[in-house]
Amino acid sequence: MQKFNTLKSIPAYLPIVNIDTDMIIPKQFLKTIKRTGLGKNLFFEMRYDDQGKEINDFVLNQNPYDSSKILIAGKNFGCGSSREHAPWALLDFGITCVISSSYADIFYSNCFKNGILPIILEEEKIKELSEYANRKEEISVDLNDEKIVYGNNEIKFDVDPFKKKCLLEGLDDIALSLKKSEKIESFETDLKNKKPWIFND
Amino acid sequence: MSTTLYDKIWNDHLVDQQDDGTALLFVDRHLVHEVTSPQAFEGLRNSNRKVRHPNLTLAVADHNVPTTDRTKGISDAQSKIQVDTLEANCKEFGVQLFGMDDKRQGIVHIIGPEQGFTQPGTVIVCGDSHTATHGAFGSLAFGIGTSEVEHVLATQTLVQKKAKNFRINVNGQLPLGVTSKDVILQIIGKIGTAGGTGSVIEYAGDLIRSLSVEQRMTICNMTIEGGARAGLIAPDEKIFNYLKGKPMSPKGDNWEKALNYWNTLKTDSDASFDQELNLNADEILPMITWGTSPQDVITIDDKVPNPQSETDEDKKNSIERALKYMGLKPDMAAKDIKIDKVFIGSCTNGRIEDLREAAKILKDKKISSHVNAMVVPGSGLVKEQAEQEGLDKIFVNSGFEWREPGCSMCLAMNADKLKPEERCASTSNRNFEGRQGRGGRTHLVSPGMAAAAAISGSLDDVRKYQN
Repeated sequence: MQKFNTLKSIPAYLPIVNIDTDMIIPKQFLKTIKRTGLGKNLFFEMRYDDQGKEINDFVLNQNPYDSSKILIAGKNFGCGSSREHAPWALLDFGITCVISSSYADIFYSNCFKNGILPIILEEEKIKELSEYANRKEEISVDLNDEKIVYGNNEIKFDVDPFKKKCLLEGLDDIALSLKKSEKIESFETDLKNKKPWIFND
Repeated sequence: MSTTLYDKIWNDHLVDQQDDGTALLFVDRHLVHEVTSPQAFEGLRNSNRKVRHPNLTLAVADHNVPTTDRTKGISDAQSKIQVDTLEANCKEFGVQLFGMDDKRQGIVHIIGPEQGFTQPGTVIVCGDSHTATHGAFGSLAFGIGTSEVEHVLATQTLVQKKAKNFRINVNGQLPLGVTSKDVILQIIGKIGTAGGTGSVIEYAGDLIRSLSVEQRMTICNMTIEGGARAGLIAPDEKIFNYLKGKPMSPKGDNWEKALNYWNTLKTDSDASFDQELNLNADEILPMITWGTSPQDVITIDDKVPNPQSETDEDKKNSIERALKYMGLKPDMAAKDIKIDKVFIGSCTNGRIEDLREAAKILKDKKISSHVNAMVVPGSGLVKEQAEQEGLDKIFVNSGFEWREPGCSMCLAMNADKLKPEERCASTSNRNFEGRQGRGGRTHLVSPGMAAAAAISGSLDDVRKYQN
């Protein structure tokens, strides 16, 4: 997994609430057996018309937002399906940080598995940051210090210490869990005695 | 200390607890389907890892499968690759698979309970948000992403943080024609699509206890639409009777041992919840969704909202956006919404009781001449049962198409989809923009309401058709 440390970019602002994962990446693109190549279809229905032409009004079709690495969006971002194709599409497009006032649980946890930092801020602060998107000014995100710097201001944000560590170091959490193999084995032995029907043998 | 049902299942599955609250949780049952698993198996292969417990894993192809004649195979090349990939992966890693021609094939959340793979007190995961369905059995069941699918395949555990306890008590009796689908739509309307975020919801109260196993599944299934990853209901005799004798249910001595344990699975009477909500079942009416989010609900007697009467700017914008997408006018009556299609099926409402409920309304009636309607049974076994009861004939005689099992038009990954601006009364779970096909317009309803809409040609009140 790609490490996340600091990031500087002009943010793109998508002022829609309840953006669901069907909007982020519609189902026709879930037929892939790869993780890559989904960026061109990110927000497909909002981004292209019926003929497949880019819709100029859509923020990610406009310069400089077409190369934004930070997306600011309305609350409850990523609700709906568990498809990890949603963070894969964001990542493939180049977005590695999302800022919203809230996220759906599964999407939120999927982001961290893919080197994407989802930041939670109050609505008020989001409005403030969205001004930087409108003015096409850069903001910077510093995960280590848990802060966003914009102009002469900064905002602190909170992130779970374990998730932060994994993101900063690009850790593979399967390897981390496998380090606990002994604990898993002893749990299983115990389980076979206590609930023999679970293993059905 | 007094604990909730969720606390008990959680505590019983703790492999490791870190100081920062992060826990490693044992997973008893892992369901796998073709859409969210290929990259996970590829990950295992790349790191030279095995599936730790193939016998705790069950796979089925459901999202991409055609619901028409299967002898011709899958015509869409990409869908075919995905289904073939699942088959190859299951073979390579020793995972049991119900293939497309197996009569046990069906929607992953329907086959789990049907086979007795789903059991009380277990932790069940699947790369699919509607895994919440299995919570009806008193299991902790939730959807995960593909990286987590890989993690479970490799370790049989999952890294999790404990969620909050949220209880919804529904007491009283449902009026005639009102179903558990209306109950959950009502709940989502009340709490909103983010109302359950960060929580596990336990459903309780005498109405919940009075519901059948399948009706409970409908409620738990749509818990994710209220933002909670898992919904659960304490298991009781109905659940135990349902599971007894199922192919993968415990047998002999193990059945007795399991039963003893399952009987302990309930929230202590003095346990406390972070949040509670009380609903009176007597006041619930047949519901429809008018907009593009499952929280956009009104009763069939209601009118579509008017953005002008909304003061909150975000809400106003989202009503306007939804009305535009749905092609509806503010203040129009729900019953004036004319429909083009009807879809009965999905993991929400594709079980035998759902088909019986719709067939009861459709018996000896014809659907409206401008309506195109289809029934997609949730599994091969549901289909077989329905055919034994003659339900297929009722559907076909009324003008419905009788299809092969799968997810079908719930998410329209296969050939079953809406055309732009087509309007559908659907028993599925999501009415998001484009969900049932680009530009398609979805109204979520119960199976009885879908049948009523098919007959009337517009959204209509199922109570009109009750005997």
